[in-house]
Amino acid sequence: MINYIWYFLILIGITYSFFTGNSALINNKIIEASSEGIRLVIDMLPILVLWMGIMNICEKSGLLTKFARLLKPLLKKLFPSVKNDDALGYIASNIAANAIGLGSAATPFGLKAMQELQKENEKKDTASDAMITFLVLNTSGVTIIPTTVIALRQASNSINPTSTIITGLIATFIASFCGLMLDYFFRRRKK
Amino acid sequence: MSSFIIPLIIVFIIGYGLFKKVNIYETFLEGAKDGLVTTFNITASVVAMMFAVQIFLSSGFIEGVLGKFSAFFELIHLPIEILPMALLRPISGTASLAIMNNIFLTHGPDSFLGLLASTIQGCTDTTIYVLALYFGSVHITKSRHALVCGLFADLTGIIASIIIVKVMFGF
Repeated sequence: MINYIWYFLILIGITYSFFTGNSALINNKIIEASSEGIRLVIDMLPILVLWMGIMNICEKSGLLTKFARLLKPLLKKLFPSVKNDDALGYIASNIAANAIGLGSAATPFGLKAMQELQKENEKKDTASDAMITFLVLNTSGVTIIPTTVIALRQASNSINPTSTIITGLIATFIASFCGLMLDYFFRRRKK
Repeated sequence: MSSFIIPLIIVFIIGYGLFKKVNIYETFLEGAKDGLVTTFNITASVVAMMFAVQIFLSSGFIEGVLGKFSAFFELIHLPIEILPMALLRPISGTASLAIMNNIFLTHGPDSFLGLLASTIQGCTDTTIYVLALYFGSVHITKSRHALVCGLFADLTGIIASIIIVKVMFGF
């Protein structure tokens, strides 16, 4: 998938610029783009390093687990079919880690959750209801602190780099809610 | 209000760590090193995506081709500059990040487009990538309605972002 997208962007860009006589500009851009990519990484670096440091304290002090435990009652309602308590625990940890911007810590929890859900799954090649609900929740990702966005806003001299935290949160909740509603609708229709 | 969130979280987390007798300084350094490695690891993919996105955006394709439908996009209040980002967001986080950065450079991070791009980037995840990774890890090939629900969530997130940014920042 990513192969096609990558090639598609390059191909369309170059072909179109030939048609419109922009090829000299593209030539410059090709060279510029790489240094722009490196600059982007360097812009993100300070905040990512700082935030991962802070979040390691959050994880090691047991705060993340506490946060995850708070989510459990809500998750029981969202996943009525899941009897496996470990699965719910991993789902909670995955969501909690994602929420605080600890994406790299969230993935192992998420994969563990999938393994646990797979144990309860009757058809091993087909996604279970619980898996779908989990992934809808995961991909519409509730992120409280979008670290990379803040870093890049700051690097481009925003007057308030954190100004989109609230708008992002509201949008996230709406996205999660709508995704879950559609999921619920599909489940009801099946029965 | 937004500017209080991060300082408060930091004070709370470090304070809690101290209270729980965690060696906070060492723990911070350990995590920070991880952050360094993580950032280093994504460098190659950022350069790769930046390269493709820059070529695509500077070719004028968006203004030239999508611009022909601008009346339609105006009707649904969707700025065409945001369209490539909205389309790529579920597939590649790095590509949409590169587009967001481009919007910051051309329109500024505090413009309507800048705020909208920031909100969209923060509000959803790379749905298609996550589905492939998670289902693949347990050998599930029939994903049923997972993709439809995931993409629907992304779509409503994007629509919601447009409305919320307009209302909250008064554009």
